[in-house]
Amino acid sequence: MTVTAARGTTSPPAPARKQGGGGRRRAWATRAPLLPALVFLIAVTQLPFVATLVISLFDWNSLKPEKRHFTGLSNYASVFTDEALRESVVTTVVLTASVVIVSVVLGLLFALLLDRAFFGRGFVRTLLITPFLLVPVSAALLWKHALYNPEYGLFNGALTWFGEMFGIESIAQPEWTSQMPLIAIEASLVWQWTPFMMLILLAGLQSRPAEIMEAARLDGAGPWQMFRYLTLPHLRRYLELGVLLGSVYIVQNFDAVFTITSGGLGTANLPYTVYETFYRAHEYGLASAAGVVVVIGTIVIATFALRTVSSLFREEASRA
Amino acid sequence: MPHPGRRRRPRVRGRAGAATAALALLATGCAGAGGTSFGGGDALNVLMVNNPQMVELQKLTAEHFTEETGIKVHFTVLPENDVRDKISQDFSNQAGQYDVATISNFELPFFAENGWLHPLDGYAKADTAFDQEDILQPLRESLTAEDGRLYAQPFYGESSFLMYRKDVFEEQGLTMPDKPTWQQVAKLAERTDGAERGMKGICLRGLPGWGEVIAPLTTVVNTMGGTWFTEDWEPRLTAPEFKKATRFYVDLVRKHGELGAPQSGYAECLNNMTQGKTAMWYDATAGAGSLEAKGSPVKGKIGYVPAPVEQTRSSGWLYTWAWGLQKASTKADDAWRFVSWASGKEYEELVGATSGWSNVPAGKRASTYTNPDYRAEAGAFADVTRRAISEADPKNPGTQPRPTAGIQFVGIPEFTDLGTRVAQEISAAIAGRQSVDAALAASQKLAEKVAEEYR
Repeated sequence: MTVTAARGTTSPPAPARKQGGGGRRRAWATRAPLLPALVFLIAVTQLPFVATLVISLFDWNSLKPEKRHFTGLSNYASVFTDEALRESVVTTVVLTASVVIVSVVLGLLFALLLDRAFFGRGFVRTLLITPFLLVPVSAALLWKHALYNPEYGLFNGALTWFGEMFGIESIAQPEWTSQMPLIAIEASLVWQWTPFMMLILLAGLQSRPAEIMEAARLDGAGPWQMFRYLTLPHLRRYLELGVLLGSVYIVQNFDAVFTITSGGLGTANLPYTVYETFYRAHEYGLASAAGVVVVIGTIVIATFALRTVSSLFREEASRA
Repeated sequence: MPHPGRRRRPRVRGRAGAATAALALLATGCAGAGGTSFGGGDALNVLMVNNPQMVELQKLTAEHFTEETGIKVHFTVLPENDVRDKISQDFSNQAGQYDVATISNFELPFFAENGWLHPLDGYAKADTAFDQEDILQPLRESLTAEDGRLYAQPFYGESSFLMYRKDVFEEQGLTMPDKPTWQQVAKLAERTDGAERGMKGICLRGLPGWGEVIAPLTTVVNTMGGTWFTEDWEPRLTAPEFKKATRFYVDLVRKHGELGAPQSGYAECLNNMTQGKTAMWYDATAGAGSLEAKGSPVKGKIGYVPAPVEQTRSSGWLYTWAWGLQKASTKADDAWRFVSWASGKEYEELVGATSGWSNVPAGKRASTYTNPDYRAEAGAFADVTRRAISEADPKNPGTQPRPTAGIQFVGIPEFTDLGTRVAQEISAAIAGRQSVDAALAASQKLAEKVAEEYR
């Protein structure tokens, strides 16, 4: 693989210099066609959020419309004092962190394996990516019924088959989802997100400067040393990117929790709890406040993600 | 606040939960599945839940209703949670976007109290062909509000009963009493557990949700002398009767119930019963239609007896999906014509003729149960179902007076949330992650908060 960094000078676009009214007019002439898009973007992304902010300041139960009134920040107080919401924050953190870490580690292993040339590599890569292409809710259904179900699921079926092979009469038939609800959800998410991490890290591996790797090999570095002192530092940015993008998405996961456990057994994460507050409790104000809190949390994570991405680009540009 | 504008329905994935909440709030206009049709001034707009009986109705409407009356009908069909939410939005604003919607006997009291529904007594009296007297008494009562007026017409009704495998009982030399008690059922579950390979004694719901585990559990609580609230809104979830009933339910399902109980709801138990994985199943009478349907491996092997009791005469629940007319609708006359057709005798005949009698929206009219065609198809469970619905008494389902009407639920808007949160505690007890006492102590606190508003 050769380095495909952008050759040539990448000078930033020169700002419109002041050269009388003509320059400014020209600058606006280039911007004008983009204005409708900007207005549209603001209308469809920012206005609903502003509406959410406004609604979050009201005590509003949709079944008691006549009792709707302005309460200031009391919904936010409820969000931070409500036990179910507090627990769901912890659940969200645990769920996100564990899924991200495990998928990054597995993704790295698969990426390292796929980085070698072997017969049928393209086919294997496609197979590995498939779980990520599955619709999340159908993936969750697949795990709930086809794999975890204690009566007819694949896991217990495999155990039974294994038992019969070795003549074990009554082999254990664990109730996967009841005994380890959070792990059950995490496993299904790891299965979906490992390919995503693998793709990012594979891109990182394939952008390693070949001549440096070659030089290291000639200098007698072993595979572990090459991985430890060359590959890993080079992959740092890609790992960060994978972790942050993964976190942003997995924090919002709803399908797996909704489908596999219906939020029971301590698996309700924030998005699920917001959904419950909105659809079951009909507490629009409280749900909006909780939603705003989720957005703020996500923005914090996303900020780091964006910084990482931009530093990646800077690095690429400086290497050129 | 939210204005009826056309917006996309938010996808839960790929946006923060907030965006979901925000957009859903604003999405009073157009919805995903089914979509909204702004079909001219003379068309009726009907919003309904996506159950099979309603989907069937949608198919038959154009040819059989619009042809005869000239009234066009536009349907919006959504899953239960979404439909409930959309109805409460449209009706609470009296936006009048939908003329008719499917509401249940759970929402009816507070919808009527809020003045969102059009009273139907006048229509029902004037329309002799509709035969209001034919509608089963408990349904009529549960769709009548505090002010004594009728606010909705049932499309179908259901209660709960016990289903069991006659062949398995015979093999084991067991007999099912005509009116079993819960103690007898527990013993029978023990005897039939493992009767066949992979067969459990009984299937009981354990999935969290106010409409899942809470429904059968509350009927057990009622008949064992417990209640959610006393007449003056004292929560009684930690009272000995409530504890005894919950412990009984949890122990039974843990010892002789289905595997994976904390994730098993109506659908999973139906599956277990159909696949021969359980000898008994206590659940909705609607389940029988599926068990006796063509191609079911257990067709003809199932016996049906009333819901088990302890201290009460009957313990079956009562639930109905019914047509409510929005007060703000300008097409009340046309709406009534649609409702009287959909809930009428002729429509049942029509479904029987076109797609088979087991698909008829039953459980609402006395005449359904005297119809020879229906009896030929549903004879095994017809009488037990009818008796279960007729004996249901939402105003007095237990051993003490209640603050609201309702058998398997408490008739207050907060119950959807309270019931679901309590369900999560119970579900955790069924999974063995906490004791019944701990589950109920936590639930009592939640109930206390709700009760404060009513005292």
